[in-house]
Amino acid sequence: MSQKIHIRSASASNRVRPLAATQKYHRIFTPGEEVIKAAQTHFVRGHGTYEEGGDLKASVAGVKEQVNKLVSVRPLKSRYNGQVGEVLVGRILEVQQKRWKVDTNSRLDSALLLSSVNLPGGELRRRSAEDQHMMREYLQEGDLISAEVQSVFTDGTLSLHTRSLKYGKLGQGILIKVFPSLVKKCKLHFCTLPFGVSLILGNNGYIWISPTSNNVEGDEGGFIQNLEEVIPKDIREAMARVRNSILALAQNYMMLFDTSIIFAYEESLKYSVHELLLPETMVDLAVLTQQKLSMMEDYEFIN
Amino acid sequence: MSRNRELISKIGLRLDGRRPDELRRIRCKMGVFSQPDGSAYIEQGLTKVLAAVYGPHQVRSRQKAQHDACIINTQFSMAVFSTNERKKRPRGDRKSTEMSMHLQQALLSVIETDLYPWSQIDVYVEVLHADGGIYPACVNAATLAVIDAGIPIKEYVCACTASLGNNEVPMLDVSHQEEILGGPTLTVAALPMSGKIVLMEMSQRFHLDHLPKVLNKALEGCKDVKAILDEAVKNHVSEIGSATGWANTTS
Repeated sequence: MSQKIHIRSASASNRVRPLAATQKYHRIFTPGEEVIKAAQTHFVRGHGTYEEGGDLKASVAGVKEQVNKLVSVRPLKSRYNGQVGEVLVGRILEVQQKRWKVDTNSRLDSALLLSSVNLPGGELRRRSAEDQHMMREYLQEGDLISAEVQSVFTDGTLSLHTRSLKYGKLGQGILIKVFPSLVKKCKLHFCTLPFGVSLILGNNGYIWISPTSNNVEGDEGGFIQNLEEVIPKDIREAMARVRNSILALAQNYMMLFDTSIIFAYEESLKYSVHELLLPETMVDLAVLTQQKLSMMEDYEFIN
Repeated sequence: MSRNRELISKIGLRLDGRRPDELRRIRCKMGVFSQPDGSAYIEQGLTKVLAAVYGPHQVRSRQKAQHDACIINTQFSMAVFSTNERKKRPRGDRKSTEMSMHLQQALLSVIETDLYPWSQIDVYVEVLHADGGIYPACVNAATLAVIDAGIPIKEYVCACTASLGNNEVPMLDVSHQEEILGGPTLTVAALPMSGKIVLMEMSQRFHLDHLPKVLNKALEGCKDVKAILDEAVKNHVSEIGSATGWANTTS
């Protein structure tokens, strides 16, 4: 018998939860709970709250946030709420007259207008009727793209743009979906990891893992992908390892950003790639990463 | 129906050893799945229910979409192995359809639908083990799953059953055994904080004089359930918060 058999008890109670990252205490409000009493009348109602009988009550389970008079309650997990300038990964759902409908894990489907993409042949080019007929040539249903939020329409629909060479159609790689709240908001959402893997951490919880490409992109506007290129096996393995490490972190509700992913990758090297999918390994990985992160924080604190 | 058998013994205990005003043990867990936006699992005694919430997301069928509110779509199903006799079909029969509609009513009363125009929220509830009080368990599980999904609700919606034992004593949270021995069962779904009743259903008749005390007992039960759920939610949220290091919170 060559295959290893893993046996574990059915009850989840004996599994170790990862260490708490901080000892900070936060008051948690649950739906229907009073946030501010009627006596204190100076407040402005924010998200996650409602007014009843003059009192301000929470409508979601989360923590209170106050900016001057504006009081809101933020849930720790929810659908993606887009803000201008955030990086997204999305999937084309529909090709319409002048726009593409994109699934971005938001509460309404997002729109990518034909006028806000870079078409082949220069930035400043008139969009003719021919371009409208050619739309399916650029992006068709099921294609994955990376984009940025350009604006938010009044009904909450996001309008995207790909007016930069770093955005556009995605070629070979792996997509993972995690809860949007787990992706940390950073300056850089495009990271190149040191082991030949590139990441796009979409703010909407879609994460794209791809091999690092070293060829300089031309003026095709990111619409032509080389699907013939063969990715070497070691890079593929590194990609799979990154995927499983990210899943382990997400399973244990740890924040995802470049450092935490690199740490998790380094800690995962003692396991084989497929072992990383076992629940015990996932917890172990999360605990080790957590420790490494807190050690780094302490180090930064001393200096 | 064997009326002669006593549901409450002389020393005031029920068939499973509870007192008349005691709930069965409630254990619950939130965030049991990673694919849906919110999910929950609840055990009330031996009744076990899973709930999953998807959304709010774009309405898939154009005709149903509303410009000022989101629509709530519920699906109730019972696993074929959940009852003593193996069920033929897990969903789609008359009882399941009725349950889905009642569940939808309960959720519509609390979810702030006007925040999500053109959207839709899907709630899927699956009974894994049926041991009396299926509807209450489903409502409680759905509430937890909706909270887990971060969907704004006015307050908790909780449900509970009550019955009349020995023709005079109101009993809380009726088990399957007590149901089949023939007590009249009153199911109440309520908003425990404001005391509003969302749904009330009787399985058999009893004298009108008994209704106020049985109803009060059921409402008390809803409040007890709310307290238990509230604690579970707080534990869950603070667990996630400390694991993420409260990263996306400013204060």
